[in-house]
Amino acid sequence: MNIFVCVKQVMARDSVLRPNETGTWAVDDGVSFEMNEPDTFALEEALRLKERHGGEVVAITAGPARSASTLREALAKGADRAIHVEGNRYVESDAYATAQALAAAIRREPHDLVLTGLQSDDAGFGQTGVILAELLELPHATIIMEIDASGGQLRCKRELEAGWFQTITLPRPALLTIQSGINKVRYATLMGIKRARRKPFRRYSPDELGIGEPVHQRVRSLYQPRQSKQTEFLEGSSQEVAAKLLNKLRFEARVL
Amino acid sequence: MSVLVVTEQAGGKWHRMSFECLAAGQAAAGAMGCPLAALVAGSGVGDLAADLSAKQVSEVIALDDPVLGTYSPDGFAEALRQAVEQIQPRLVLFPHTYQVRDLAPKLAASLGRAFVSDAVGIRFERDGPVFVRQLFQGKLHGDVVVDGPPPYFASVQSGAFRADSVVDGEAPASVRFLDLALAPSMVRTSSEPPFQDAKDAVDLGSADIIVSVGRGIQDPANIPQAQALATALGGELAASRPICDNGWLPLDRQIGSSGQTVSPNLYLALGISGAIQHVVGMKGAKTIVAVNKDRGAPIFEIADYGVVADLFEIVPALVKARGEVE
Ligand SMILES: Cc1cc2nc3c(=O)[nH]c(=O)nc-3n(C[C@H](O)[C@H](O)[C@H](O)COP(=O)(O)OP(=O)(O)OC[C@H]3O[C@@H](n4cnc5c(N)ncnc54)[C@H](O)[C@@H]3O)c2cc1C
Ligand SMILES: Nc1ncnc2c1ncn2[C@@H]1O[C@H](COP(=O)(O)O)[C@@H](O)[C@H]1O
Repeated sequence: MNIFVCVKQVMARDSVLRPNETGTWAVDDGVSFEMNEPDTFALEEALRLKERHGGEVVAITAGPARSASTLREALAKGADRAIHVEGNRYVESDAYATAQALAAAIRREPHDLVLTGLQSDDAGFGQTGVILAELLELPHATIIMEIDASGGQLRCKRELEAGWFQTITLPRPALLTIQSGINKVRYATLMGIKRARRKPFRRYSPDELGIGEPVHQRVRSLYQPRQSKQTEFLEGSSQEVAAKLLNKLRFEARVL
Repeated sequence: MSVLVVTEQAGGKWHRMSFECLAAGQAAAGAMGCPLAALVAGSGVGDLAADLSAKQVSEVIALDDPVLGTYSPDGFAEALRQAVEQIQPRLVLFPHTYQVRDLAPKLAASLGRAFVSDAVGIRFERDGPVFVRQLFQGKLHGDVVVDGPPPYFASVQSGAFRADSVVDGEAPASVRFLDLALAPSMVRTSSEPPFQDAKDAVDLGSADIIVSVGRGIQDPANIPQAQALATALGGELAASRPICDNGWLPLDRQIGSSGQTVSPNLYLALGISGAIQHVVGMKGAKTIVAVNKDRGAPIFEIADYGVVADLFEIVPALVKARGEVE
């Protein structure tokens, strides 16, 4: 099986965020970056499918130069090759433009299965995978919690709302978006990190892939959310805060 | 040019968010001064179409076809694509459900258009709609605009509009069944009926007090500290999704869109950031307390009482103080 897994580099979870000067994205100087957490589950799933059924895992990203380190991480964990569609435009790009870049690179090669995470922790479109399927003319299923690729078709467990599930069957090739928690992700070993240096790493510019700069939706201004409730913040030592809180819950909110 | 609201149903039953979306549609049509059409898709949807026609809408659009009897992304995206081409709406609104996540990006992409997902608000300016979205896991909000000509596609977040604000119509609106060219062979996937993994063992829905832990709890070895607080308060222990994903607490204690929805008198969120998928499951609580070391965590937007601190200092102090009171 030729498995492509789409991974995005995002700012680390605990980053302190403030809008940049143009108000279109968050300031990223001095911030550390990591693989979008949902994509770690997609990568792990790709590696397991390969271990079970053979084939190759190709990690692919669209992003600025720095996002190469996220591809290196995927290689260290066991991906066989990496593809980097490199461009600063992919920092703030919308899901359609990103999917277009990924599609242009994936289309050039045989692919049996394309995996993405469910959602990016920064832009949070929750769309790139589905658009990519449409551009590649692949059937898709989203929010996948289990994949059975032992037959000619793919049988997948799809999460529905409120604790319900359903089984979806798709022909191959197909695209699946993977729900967090589907597996336990592995860590890269020292050996893996060493090996990663020698693995094939293909870089494309958007020009080489013949893609323009389609902008469909963009952030015009970014700001701190407005409070929807008047929160009363309690301050003091832990003991003081605990006493105040219990007091408020008993006599003000009357819920204890 | 109109506003088109795409509702959602399964097996003849409404998805509750359909009417939140209809409320958004009524507001949008009012602001844009244009007609509102409400659409229902499925097989045998006459009764559902009649429900919609009782609301204040200009017309009801029914997509009724055996191919739409069960949901498939191929069938529904194609049916809606044909409907959009016939109706030529200016704005197409969906509720942000799992089905819409599966469907709307495909539909919009097939028409070469953008889909603005999970909007918490919509404003109308001269050049077109401005959508408000959460970014960075809700830590920042953004005003989002779409370039290019209509139709604009967007979905509205659960709870962003109120279903009970939907206005009824004075007279029933007309129902229009569209002619569609669909064939079963267009659908590449097949689905089986929904199932539940385990019958909910604990029903948190009836709990008065819930102490809920998130990833701030850091290690399964720390769960007993939260349990001690739950016990001291006479409440139940619950968690955000990553805690259940990791197996630190059983799945039936997960609160949120893929877990349980609760509305206790007191919800104490410990080390939970307040992602929308968690918040939809607990924002109905009467009193919300959040303990989080990050002042910027979105959970504080909905908390009545906030404590910006390390939960490992506050929790033992609460357990101790509670013991002293009793
Ligand atoms: C389709 C879909 C469905 C989902 N369904 C659900 C669902 O049903 N339920 C759900 O919960 N999530 C769900 N999620 C996941 C959701 O988007 C969030 O990722 C999740 O809720 C985050 O959990 P968290 O707040 O525990 O972790 P994080 O977001 O990592 O937050 C941890 C918080 O703990 C704080 N913290 C860390 N250490 C401490 C400390 N020592 N003291 C105090 N505070 C500390 C941090 O500041 C941070 O705010 C779903 C996501 C998707 C896409
Ligand atoms: N720039 C990118 N490069 C590679 N994959 C991406 C990129 N952006 C999004 N994805 C994939 O698409 C998924 C959904 O992202 P989004 O649509 O932004 O929420 C992510 O989990 C990734 O798997």
